[in-house]
Amino acid sequence: MNLLTQPIGVSHYLAVGAVMFVAGAVCMATKRNALGVLMGIELVLNGANVNFVAFSSNFLQSGPRPMLGLDGQLIALFVIVLAAAEAAVALAIALNFYNNHATIDVDRADELKG
Amino acid sequence: MESINWHSFFFLLFALVACAFSVAVVVTSNVVRMAFFLIVALGATAGLFFLAGADFVGAMQLMIYVGGTLVLLVFGVMLTAQGPFVSMRTRAGEWIIAAIVGSSLLGLLISTAFSVDAWRAPASAELPTADATATRLGTGLLGVRVDRIERAAAEEADPTLPKNAQGMSAYLMPFEVVSVHLLIVLIAAAYLARPKKRVGTIDS
Amino acid sequence: MADFFQTSWGLWPAVAYTLAALIHCALLINVVAVGALVFIWMERKISGRIQDRLGPTRVGGKFGWLQTLADGLKLITKEDLIPAQADSFLFKIAPYIAFCASFAAYMALPFSSGWVALPINTGVFFILAVIGLEVFGVILGGYASGSKWSLFGGMREAAQVVSYEVPLGLCVVVPVLIAGTMDLVAIGDMQAGLFTNWFVLHDPFTFITFWVFFTCATASVNRAPFDLAEAESELVAGFHTEYSGLRWSIFFMAEYGSMFAVSALAAILFFGGWHGPIPVTSLLGLTDAGDPVRLGSFLTFVFGAENGAAVAGYLGRLIGMSNLIFKATLGVTVMMWVRWTLPRLRIDQVITTCLKYCTPIAAVMFVGACLWKVGGLPSLNNVLPQQQMLEVRESYMRSGVNAAAESPAGSPTASEVTAATAAK
Repeated sequence: MNLLTQPIGVSHYLAVGAVMFVAGAVCMATKRNALGVLMGIELVLNGANVNFVAFSSNFLQSGPRPMLGLDGQLIALFVIVLAAAEAAVALAIALNFYNNHATIDVDRADELKG
Repeated sequence: MESINWHSFFFLLFALVACAFSVAVVVTSNVVRMAFFLIVALGATAGLFFLAGADFVGAMQLMIYVGGTLVLLVFGVMLTAQGPFVSMRTRAGEWIIAAIVGSSLLGLLISTAFSVDAWRAPASAELPTADATATRLGTGLLGVRVDRIERAAAEEADPTLPKNAQGMSAYLMPFEVVSVHLLIVLIAAAYLARPKKRVGTIDS
Repeated sequence: MADFFQTSWGLWPAVAYTLAALIHCALLINVVAVGALVFIWMERKISGRIQDRLGPTRVGGKFGWLQTLADGLKLITKEDLIPAQADSFLFKIAPYIAFCASFAAYMALPFSSGWVALPINTGVFFILAVIGLEVFGVILGGYASGSKWSLFGGMREAAQVVSYEVPLGLCVVVPVLIAGTMDLVAIGDMQAGLFTNWFVLHDPFTFITFWVFFTCATASVNRAPFDLAEAESELVAGFHTEYSGLRWSIFFMAEYGSMFAVSALAAILFFGGWHGPIPVTSLLGLTDAGDPVRLGSFLTFVFGAENGAAVAGYLGRLIGMSNLIFKATLGVTVMMWVRWTLPRLRIDQVITTCLKYCTPIAAVMFVGACLWKVGGLPSLNNVLPQQQMLEVRESYMRSGVNAAAESPAGSPTASEVTAATAAK
């Protein structure tokens, strides 16, 4: 199968979304820097967004109109806006943590441990 | 020789950039470079959105996500990336566990992505044109769903299609909720990040 | 253009498309590079005159107009220093990020009706978004230099750009609201006719919106009095303290490129774009609509009916392009004038200007323009009946019905119009 000469489909977009999602999840799990964890979250949200947009696209599926019409794009817009909100709060928390504990290492944030 | 499908070519270009830089975010330990790689990955994702015909979402991705959220993120990185926190390494054992879990999850997701026939590529390539997606999205928010109307017409013409055209779900209420949510977040972030008065120091 | 190469020269499709893309790129690079040459010379002359001196006078003859080229040659021969403390990868790549962002904005910037490299129907937001990306070059360059001055410059830039994107976006929404489309070509063509059709004269709110937009645009491209990122009296040279030679000049090409881009955007959104104050081209009959009057009829006489209309349209667009370039250059000149006459603000004053003045004013103007539009209040745009906006918009809708691929129209397609009416 030659990818260069064939039209691409939803599956290809889903594969890209999967790579971004997994990269984000691994990033969230392994990074010790709080901002690195935040970047992982952004990657996960973007992977999801790629899927939403792919399913709502008119050009990637055979058949007249996609199953998930404009909903996909609208949800993608909401995700983008909410990600901005989430980043603002997470950043404020991270900076507060940095100011109070003089570190950004999430492994050291264990004061609430029972 | 078949001629090159330019849509696929640019898809592959942007997809490779997006995937490669996403992985680069994970494997780099320098937090500033991570931020830079994340910018490139999300920019390439905007390109993918444009290729899928969602140019309003792509422009918003560039404007809000890359131009707003990531600037904030880089700002945070620059405020905290000092001395030992620039580069914090993960232990090798954690890397191995993460690689095993991640690759199995990736395998599962990709095999799922290619398992459904309806998600395969269309036989003929209808390419995105200068279609007014912004207008469609705007009327969609208000409840006039152009796509549903078109879908209904298509279902009428071809009864074998699965029925999916019911309802005119609008997004005005979620839009309002998101707006209020953003306002609350703005106030909360300002509250969290306010300067603290330290005990024992003279407030200047 | 690619089709032209394919059909008339018989090239391979791949070669034809690459050639077409390269020609577009080369034209736009010329606009940015030659523009930067001219603007830097202009800046030196204007600053000289404002400070009661002559500016460059010798290189290249009378007005020193080759001074920039000489400076460029000097910069190329300079050593490309990378400080020992620097993160060399990011340090090297940062100027290119800034330049790419500034250059990419030109992709969606129409220079005349239909003369746009990439017709996308969200052109306004695309340009704003891409110009906003220039900040990454500055931030990363500032961080990667490994110098305190640079870091401070980069941080200031980040804070400033994030703040100013809010009022800038609000201001841009106002003409978009009046036009009913985000396609820059359509927005420009709706202001055809006399200068009373320009959106800046649509109602008092748009008039004020323009000034807020220009202020915020000046701030977002880092020009004085908002050039806190490179405040040379406090931060040596801010984010480019450690840069030298060609990398330094690439930052400056990016700055002048985005200055021109935002000025052109202002011209299109508020000042009629490629339409002059008096519709000279349509009076002369230089339209491609087949309007066989005056010069247009002469051209059809010379070139035959079909070619004549094409040549007339081409000439009309050429005049339109010079109109747009003149207006944008005027905007750049005003920015220079402001730079050399106003003192620099402090960083807290910059943020105060944005959050306490520009944002509320822009929000009020937005609401006011909405109410003006909804209330159907009288507008200067409707004083002269010759080119009603509605007609233009309808013609765009009609052209959207035809193959959307060939026309850059960003208006609803026929199915959407019928759907919207059906829903009512």
